[in-house]
Amino acid sequence: MKLIGMISIFWLFIVLVYGTSDFSAWGDPESPCNLHVSNYYIEHAMSDTSVPNIVTAILADYRGFDTMFETAVIFSAGIACFFLLRRPKYDAPEAVVFRHIQTGITLRIEKGGRLPKESDEFERIDTQWVPYDLVIQVTSRILVPFIQLFALYVVAHGHHSPGGGFQGGVIFGAAIILFAVSNTLRKTTHRVSEKRSAVLCAIGVLIYAGTGVCCLLAGGNFLDYSALSGLLGVDPVTARSHGIMMVEMGVGLAVTMVMIWIYYNLSSAGKQHEGL
Amino acid sequence: MIWQVEFIILFLVIICGIAALWVKDLLSAAILFGAYSFMMCILWAVMGAVDVAFTEASVGAGVSTIFFVAAVFRTSRRTKD
Repeated sequence: MKLIGMISIFWLFIVLVYGTSDFSAWGDPESPCNLHVSNYYIEHAMSDTSVPNIVTAILADYRGFDTMFETAVIFSAGIACFFLLRRPKYDAPEAVVFRHIQTGITLRIEKGGRLPKESDEFERIDTQWVPYDLVIQVTSRILVPFIQLFALYVVAHGHHSPGGGFQGGVIFGAAIILFAVSNTLRKTTHRVSEKRSAVLCAIGVLIYAGTGVCCLLAGGNFLDYSALSGLLGVDPVTARSHGIMMVEMGVGLAVTMVMIWIYYNLSSAGKQHEGL
Repeated sequence: MIWQVEFIILFLVIICGIAALWVKDLLSAAILFGAYSFMMCILWAVMGAVDVAFTEASVGAGVSTIFFVAAVFRTSRRTKD
């Protein structure tokens, strides 16, 4: 069976490599995909939207509808992970493990036992013990704010340099995941709870769709940001630039929260009381 | 870009892709997949698609590797087949 699979994959590989010989040369200005719409974007993106980065202008303005549904796809990925993995009924864990910090003694308390309060003396640790290293904790604590700041820069500077809502959102989510990896999952859920992440990622999608609806209410087409010029008090070209900014922020919020939400469910197998 | 460097990166992409399928240890497969994504990211940057390279670096090499590690942590470390 394995041999048949290998042979069929090998043939498919040969066919695919043969197929690439029909492709037009890379970067060929005469190839069909470079002849029609690309020229329009390159010539008009700056004068239409005042956004120097053409990719951002295409992604959030000319093809804004695509990006809206892409955000919805990411949102539904979070929802799907939630429904597949989350255990809805809270079942108390079999045993809870505490560490007495001064002596380093570990206490294992079976179900039904009386739990000590989390204080300076006792800290709760995971049953599948993860060795918490002070160096890793302190290093990540120093790194996390800078990663978050960089994520905000990527979102805000998407007009001028590569980046935008998706990348910035993923980096922001990764910063919080780094915090969860270096500390405990409980510490992270205490700061960004699951409910909050779910609500915020829905709000992110709503910001995107809401910007489109605002354009409708202002008398333009759906996601035609130039209609917002009266509302924002700027000329239509700048309004399109601001509209892209609003949309990117919605995407960033949704992506950040979905990444955190998926991580919570994945690393704790849906129980969310202990994890990686 | 110098074509030799490009050739080495492309070679490493293929090596990482095959090795990620080959190894029995799922954690190493996850790390190899991260390396594969990073090499792809360099290739995108070479071809001038900087936005795609950025996405590949943050999503492919960053977050998806963490997701794989988290999933391996909660399932079994080694494959059965």
